[in-house]
Amino acid sequence: MSVLDKLLPEFFIKVDRELCIKCGQCVKNCGFSALMQDKDKNVKPIHEKCVACQRCMYVCPTKAIQVINFPGTQKNNEYWKPEYIKNIKKQANSGGILLTAAGNDKPYPVIFDRLLLDACQVTNPSIDPLREPMEIISYLGEKPIDISIEFRDNKYVLKDKLKPNIKLNSPIIFAAMSYGAISLNAHKALAKAARECGILMNTGEGGLHRDLYEYSDNIIVQVASGRFGVSPEYLKRSAAIEIKVGQGAKPGIGGHLPGYKVDDEVSSTRMIPKGTDALSPAPHHDIYSIEDLAQLIASLKEATDYSKPVGVKIAAVHNIAAIASGVARADADYIVIDGFRGGTGAAPTMIRDHIGIPIELAIAAVDDRLRKEKIRNKVSIVAAGGIRHAADMAKALALGADFVTIGTVALIAMGCTLCQKCYTGNCSWGIATQRPDLVERLNPDEASKKLVNLIRGWSLELKEIMGALGINAIESLVGNRERLRALELSRETLDVLGVKPAGR
Amino acid sequence: MIPALEHIPSGCAAAGIMNKSGVCISGDAIMDMMSVMHSRSNGLGGGFAAYGIYPEIPDYYCLHIMFDNDSAKREVDSLIEENFITERQEKIPTRNIKEIKDPPLLWRYFVLPKPDKLVAKNMDANDFVVRLVMLINTRIPGCYVNSSGKNMGVFKGVGYPEDIGRFFMIEKYSAYIWTAHGRFPTNTPGWWAGAHPFSILDWTVVHNGEISSYGINKRFLETYGYECVLLTDTEVIAYTFDLLVRKHGLPLEIACNVVASKFWKDIELMSEEERKLHTALRMTYGNLLLNGPFAIIVATNNYMMGLNDRIKLRPLVYGKKGDFSYIASEESSIRKIENNLEEVHSLVAGKPLKVEVNKDVCA
Repeated sequence: MSVLDKLLPEFFIKVDRELCIKCGQCVKNCGFSALMQDKDKNVKPIHEKCVACQRCMYVCPTKAIQVINFPGTQKNNEYWKPEYIKNIKKQANSGGILLTAAGNDKPYPVIFDRLLLDACQVTNPSIDPLREPMEIISYLGEKPIDISIEFRDNKYVLKDKLKPNIKLNSPIIFAAMSYGAISLNAHKALAKAARECGILMNTGEGGLHRDLYEYSDNIIVQVASGRFGVSPEYLKRSAAIEIKVGQGAKPGIGGHLPGYKVDDEVSSTRMIPKGTDALSPAPHHDIYSIEDLAQLIASLKEATDYSKPVGVKIAAVHNIAAIASGVARADADYIVIDGFRGGTGAAPTMIRDHIGIPIELAIAAVDDRLRKEKIRNKVSIVAAGGIRHAADMAKALALGADFVTIGTVALIAMGCTLCQKCYTGNCSWGIATQRPDLVERLNPDEASKKLVNLIRGWSLELKEIMGALGINAIESLVGNRERLRALELSRETLDVLGVKPAGR
Repeated sequence: MIPALEHIPSGCAAAGIMNKSGVCISGDAIMDMMSVMHSRSNGLGGGFAAYGIYPEIPDYYCLHIMFDNDSAKREVDSLIEENFITERQEKIPTRNIKEIKDPPLLWRYFVLPKPDKLVAKNMDANDFVVRLVMLINTRIPGCYVNSSGKNMGVFKGVGYPEDIGRFFMIEKYSAYIWTAHGRFPTNTPGWWAGAHPFSILDWTVVHNGEISSYGINKRFLETYGYECVLLTDTEVIAYTFDLLVRKHGLPLEIACNVVASKFWKDIELMSEEERKLHTALRMTYGNLLLNGPFAIIVATNNYMMGLNDRIKLRPLVYGKKGDFSYIASEESSIRKIENNLEEVHSLVAGKPLKVEVNKDVCA
């Protein structure tokens, strides 16, 4: 190996010899084989292999181990950052595409952080969610423009039948993450938590393992370009069906589940041979136009007797408003818009970091456009990609989304530390892996409890925010931009957001 | 002109009187009711709605319009001439009093849409009038339509309600329904079009409270063709009732279950049919829920209705004596003119109280 082939390690593992009791926990727990023990049981790090997943630090009983950034420095350069230099060297070695995982981590401006929520003072009372009802139930699906009522047997009754809608106790959906990309235990935890919270989880494009059939009332099944796992049974075992057209982390490109993550179970769930790469084409090869999408929506509705909402997931790109309008008119019942901060199990770095637009702008533009065209009731809007906490959620709703999805947040609740190495299949936390020794680390019951706690916490926080706003139903928050103000955003951005500057 | 501000939260006093047999009484009574609630207003807005005041010309839409200047009036005049048959038009009579400063031009037009215009637009007369009101309010600077119903009118402006009443000489009008409002806007100067009642066709609304959901109520109504320009949250209430009751044909009490919707916890306890209905109402019209504190008195040619927000954050009291029904922010207001009440009680949160005029009064 020439010195030209060599890369400096990104991280540096320090083991404190005095604190270390040589128990070997760190070595056993490292999914990336970055730690060994010598014959005297001394822990020996292999810095190059460390990804800073932090598992060793969490499990070490004496906190004798620390992962830090590699201390060896390059000459400071604000333009040629170490990451770029390392990537160039990597590509000079491999001639390949740079891969990464999780959401865009680049320092683009964060619009959520420039938006502030309102609160009541004097002229209208804030409402105490501990003492008054505070309603956050939301329905996913198409709503009518109006309703007709008749007077029968001395009471008013509804004349029409509404389109299928799904009731969610909180406006939160676990984002699409496929079985294959993440483990069956992770999927089980998500499904279990979704049922307990009265919300939904999304299978992603990897099919639905039979162990999850019992959760079908809380599951959105995805139909993606690879059509993995799609069967009549699959469509039946769901609360809603979602056509995945795009993903915020990688708009315009397909997916690639490496063969080493395709074991027996993944193979049978996805309906592909064991050990083969699962390649999702960039486009659906039966959807080259909006009318093709309309036909697929119609087919899926026909196949399921018009009994459940059919949604479409698209990445937030420049022309998102017009695209969403087309999707609504193609008879989708909900639209997931995935912003450029959206997560992924694997994406080309250049794509993830440089394609798409922020979810805040996309929601605002889509909500405006659908209202202008008087078709806002035809679809629920689901905002995805980079929602970090309950206030982000509240802001997304106020901008015009009916729901948010959380993927990264759910993973973190289950242990993920955002090392961004999902595509290696070595996830030390048992989430983004199919290695049996790693998968078994994630106890679905325990992880599900974490997720339930998280949803509960966010729901309580949402209610607190609504109480401060003096509203007690989520219908009064969604699209209520009057209750948002912006701090130091350009006039053009304010215009797109439909939000006034703070102080006005 | 519209002051440089956005929507205006307000406090306020509200009152209403109705005689169900259609006996018309002078404006003195409602003035009396308002006078005891003086401290609920701050002099930045007062107004009255009166029903049955133009019995000699009951079949014509009466447009009460305020103009900032002559050029605005000229523009409106030509718009009216183009679209309507005008039976009569005149300056609304006023009395000069020192408390009312710098009033706009106040004019009323008794009109009917030109039949050929209705045919050309394929619209019914009510829709046509609504469209024209929106057009005047949004496209012609410096003029606002205060009311546009038949045999009714709105008189409002900047001042205490007692002064506004004297200014418009409302003691000279006789009406079978009167509603009134005294305003306490908290963070802006009042302006003439921003005073209550708010009105479209024969709907009038007086409102004590602040609509915290205004932002989305407004955006929802816009998708149904209503343009909110009067910068006051109450405006959305008038349009909401017009949309739900007149356009979508919902019974008034069902419309009230939209603006003050049932709680999910109560919907769960309903029979299946009721649950379906109330779930559908919230799913369809959830954005029209008026969230935040309100006590409103809604009136039309046929009835008067009081309604509170669903957690009752503002006062509203009902009283009855013979053919007369009263609704007011304070019981004292009712007792000021009728102390010998047969019935008096507070309104229940979210539950409408509607009193109708007899069928023969308003054919």
